[in-house]
Amino acid sequence: MANGIIFDIKRYAIHDGPGIRTTAFFKGCPLDCRWCHNPEGKKCEPETIIVRNRRKGSGKYKKREKETFGRMVTVEDLMTEIRKDAIFYDQSCGGITFSGGEPMMQMDFLNAVLRACKSDGFSTALDTCGHAPPDDFERISGLVDFFLYDLKMIDDGRHMKCIGVSNSLILDNLVMLSEKGHRIILRIPLIPGITDTDANLADILKFIESIKNVNEISLLPYNKLGEDKLGKFGMKNILGPLQTQTRAELDLKAARFRSRGYKVQIGG
Amino acid sequence: MNDRIKKLRRQSLNAKPSVSLERAELLTKFYKSGEAERVSVPVARALAFKYILEHKKICINDGELIVGERGPNPKATPTYPEICTHTLKDFKILNDRRKVSFAVSDKTRKMQKDTIIPFWSGRSIRDRIFEAVDPEWVAAYDAGIFTEFREQRAPGHTVLDDKIYHNGFLDFKRDIEQSIERLDFYNDPEAPAKREQLRAMAIAAGALVLYARRHAKKLSELAAKERDAPRKKELKEMAEICEKVPARAPKTFREALQYYWFVHVGVITELNTWDSFNPGRLDRHLLPFYEKDFKAGILTRERARELLQAFWVKFNNQPAPPKVGVTAEESNTYTDFCLINLGGVKETGEDASNELTYLILDVLEEMRLLQPSSMVQVSKKSPDRLLYRALKIIRTGYGQPSLFNTESIVAELVRQGKTVQDARNGGASGCVETGAFGKESYILTGYFNLTKVLEITLNNGIDPLTGRQIGIKSGDPKKFKTFDELYDAFEKQLQYFIDVKIKGNRIIERLWAEYLPAPFLSILIDDCIVNGKDYNDGGARYNSSYIQGVGLGSITDSLTAINCRVFDKKDISMTAFIKALRANFKGATRLRQVLLDETPKYGNDDDYADDVMRRIFESYFRLIDGRPNTKGGHYRINLLPTTVHVYFGSITGATPDGRKAWEPLSEGISPVQGADRKGPTAVLKSAGKIDHVRTGGTLLNQKFTPSLLADDDSLVKLGHLIRSYFKMDGHHIQFNVVTAETLRKAQKNPEKYKDLIVRVAGYSDYFVDLGVDLQNEIIKRTEHGLI
Repeated sequence: MANGIIFDIKRYAIHDGPGIRTTAFFKGCPLDCRWCHNPEGKKCEPETIIVRNRRKGSGKYKKREKETFGRMVTVEDLMTEIRKDAIFYDQSCGGITFSGGEPMMQMDFLNAVLRACKSDGFSTALDTCGHAPPDDFERISGLVDFFLYDLKMIDDGRHMKCIGVSNSLILDNLVMLSEKGHRIILRIPLIPGITDTDANLADILKFIESIKNVNEISLLPYNKLGEDKLGKFGMKNILGPLQTQTRAELDLKAARFRSRGYKVQIGG
Repeated sequence: MNDRIKKLRRQSLNAKPSVSLERAELLTKFYKSGEAERVSVPVARALAFKYILEHKKICINDGELIVGERGPNPKATPTYPEICTHTLKDFKILNDRRKVSFAVSDKTRKMQKDTIIPFWSGRSIRDRIFEAVDPEWVAAYDAGIFTEFREQRAPGHTVLDDKIYHNGFLDFKRDIEQSIERLDFYNDPEAPAKREQLRAMAIAAGALVLYARRHAKKLSELAAKERDAPRKKELKEMAEICEKVPARAPKTFREALQYYWFVHVGVITELNTWDSFNPGRLDRHLLPFYEKDFKAGILTRERARELLQAFWVKFNNQPAPPKVGVTAEESNTYTDFCLINLGGVKETGEDASNELTYLILDVLEEMRLLQPSSMVQVSKKSPDRLLYRALKIIRTGYGQPSLFNTESIVAELVRQGKTVQDARNGGASGCVETGAFGKESYILTGYFNLTKVLEITLNNGIDPLTGRQIGIKSGDPKKFKTFDELYDAFEKQLQYFIDVKIKGNRIIERLWAEYLPAPFLSILIDDCIVNGKDYNDGGARYNSSYIQGVGLGSITDSLTAINCRVFDKKDISMTAFIKALRANFKGATRLRQVLLDETPKYGNDDDYADDVMRRIFESYFRLIDGRPNTKGGHYRINLLPTTVHVYFGSITGATPDGRKAWEPLSEGISPVQGADRKGPTAVLKSAGKIDHVRTGGTLLNQKFTPSLLADDDSLVKLGHLIRSYFKMDGHHIQFNVVTAETLRKAQKNPEKYKDLIVRVAGYSDYFVDLGVDLQNEIIKRTEHGLI
């Protein structure tokens, strides 16, 4: 059976869908988002990164420590971890979320784990960037209860520039899944000046109004954790420090979608 | 909160705790009079009780609605020299210490020196206990293997049921007289002794009525002098109420509260019952009065709220009596562990939550007082609304209420042999202790330091702190070939110390039964009147004795570490390991890092460690549960620490889990501070592997930062987390909802954070009143908000 490479398993994940969930983070991502806050999830293989620990109080990076991200696991290994919190999923109508990186990069492993989850009766969610062959989505879509589908930018030129790939596959897959009637929660990361612009949000609204079955939206405020990680890993912060949106700003953006009948959640 | 309550609350918060010798002086006067020598011990105790209530100052605070103070003024705290007589040095410590201090005046000091100490020296139960117990007991006690509650506080762990709401003390007196009439002096050899107990109860019953009527008289006098017309009317009403209750059963909501309060003052004046005497299922007991008064148009929801708030203030006016010596260290707090139970199920098994449950939750949220403590019993039948209401209060960082699992409480009590009805009418008290309210004497006899026993085992019976042989010779650990050999040696030491403790307990139980019966408390607990026996002598329907295991996380991680490193991975020899422990990991930094970071720990849902925990639990249970006490009942176990894990840590050297010498041990069934790295579900799964139903209570502390609970969706998920834990039979869970940053700030600027209440163990306390070690430990407890 296929093995997979994961870089984290988070239990009591309460912001990735309904109920109490366990989120498994798959390593490897086809995108190259400038703001990526999980840089350790980009490469497909396990990797050793030198981590610089921030010294308390002062802003200097001091200690250097090697840390390996990613480990090879069997389906059974992952299922053993997943099964541990079954009592919590049952109680809260929660389940398992596959995130990353991009889980679709490890198709065979993902497919096998999803099958195992279904055979155990667990609810499943797939957190995806959408950049994967449509056939692959066809293959697993029946095993996924809902998709957490990232939608970043509609303007393809800017998409290529900031994310490294064209968005055509992403938009096509979204249309395909929505037409098949899958439950989709759109996740829009709000990156100041990039995705969080009036024009882009207007484009997104226009696009999703043209497709069926997408009623739920999560607006993800800018997460400073990414900057912290870049520092820790000694990576360059191309964007420079950005500010997290204020509650009032977020409410305003949410209202824009709500007024068009969408169920909007901030965060999660 | 209206102006009156604001004022009463402020009066209570501003009152400075002090030592009052009023009770000690009256008690000594009575015993010196010679009257005690002419009667039996129980009758003398009852007469002494009566003498105190006849002569103590009647205190009516300005604006109050419920009357009765244990001392001459709010927070004037009596001493109990017949139990333990404070030395002048004790008084100096109490007066001078920065935390939890009690003001001691010069007059008090002089009185203690000239009158109290000379009379009670050698007669106090503390003196008698230390004289009667074996040298082995003293050696283990001194080494910090266990503590002993009853050397300075009375064995009082009990809570009231609903009997006082149906009977007046005149009714109880009639029951007592009937019980005397039924005595069979021809066939029952104990009949004469029973008659003395019952006579004593009758005297004590009369004493409380007399005490209430003294209040009625004083209130009438104040009413006559009062110029403010509404207050005048109020004082007159209060005087009428104090004439009626507790002589007769209460008829209104207000009478019920006043009645209970007189009973409360009675119980805590008779003896310094450790601990927690309280009305128990208050929302259930008061509901009939609330509904009836409401219908009759004599009570509004707002008036009920005001009366409850006034009632709350009365609890806060009574700090726990000042302790001495080791006990002062083990439980350093003003709180006296009154744990009001809300929710749960009715006697019939149906959901018991009602309108009053929510009103009382409003009251405690608004009052934010240290005392009384409160908890919500969450049954599978409880509505989610109740759970979420409780969580919304917890979210504010007040540390109350704590949450208990009704199904586990009932199952625990039934397993111990109680009827299902008695179990359903029961609950938890003190920190987390299960009891059949109104029908059980469940005595905590002392904390037991499981981790210290391993230290003794690793030194073949010697306490490395003193070099004394205090345990048995269980074998040279360096020669053990397998983990099982080590574990067997540990279990032998464990058995030895538990035997020493139980042997001592038997002596202590008898001393209490003989010298300090509690006739007043006996009136209140079934079936002391019917049996003609005292509460302290097996008169109650159920009589349980507990030895509370402390440091389950520390002992589990320590044994797991030896199993893993010495026997499994074999990367260190036992000889080198023990050497590193003796050196407090000096020169063994790498080893300590491996122990802390790369060795399995309890609290991560890892069976490698959790199986060791299961094994320790089974040993502790098997060595204690079911052994008879001297009162017709049995020994049981529970797992809770109050704050003793700090004291126990302070006398325990470095441990194999990587803990340095003298640092606190883990508390309750919580993982070692910072050892749980896999989030709250993993902690609950590990804790769920304990067979809670075979205990009489376990304590699990979880710390959440407010950010994790900010939105209602997170709150709902926390609710699911709790329900899941309770599905696993988890007994209790409580939350500290504060940030470490806030706590650090509070540590630096205590004056700015005087109102900060944190959950310490089974209770909450003002953070600034805690010692620095305990403060640090609370800061260290894993912050799940960071996950």
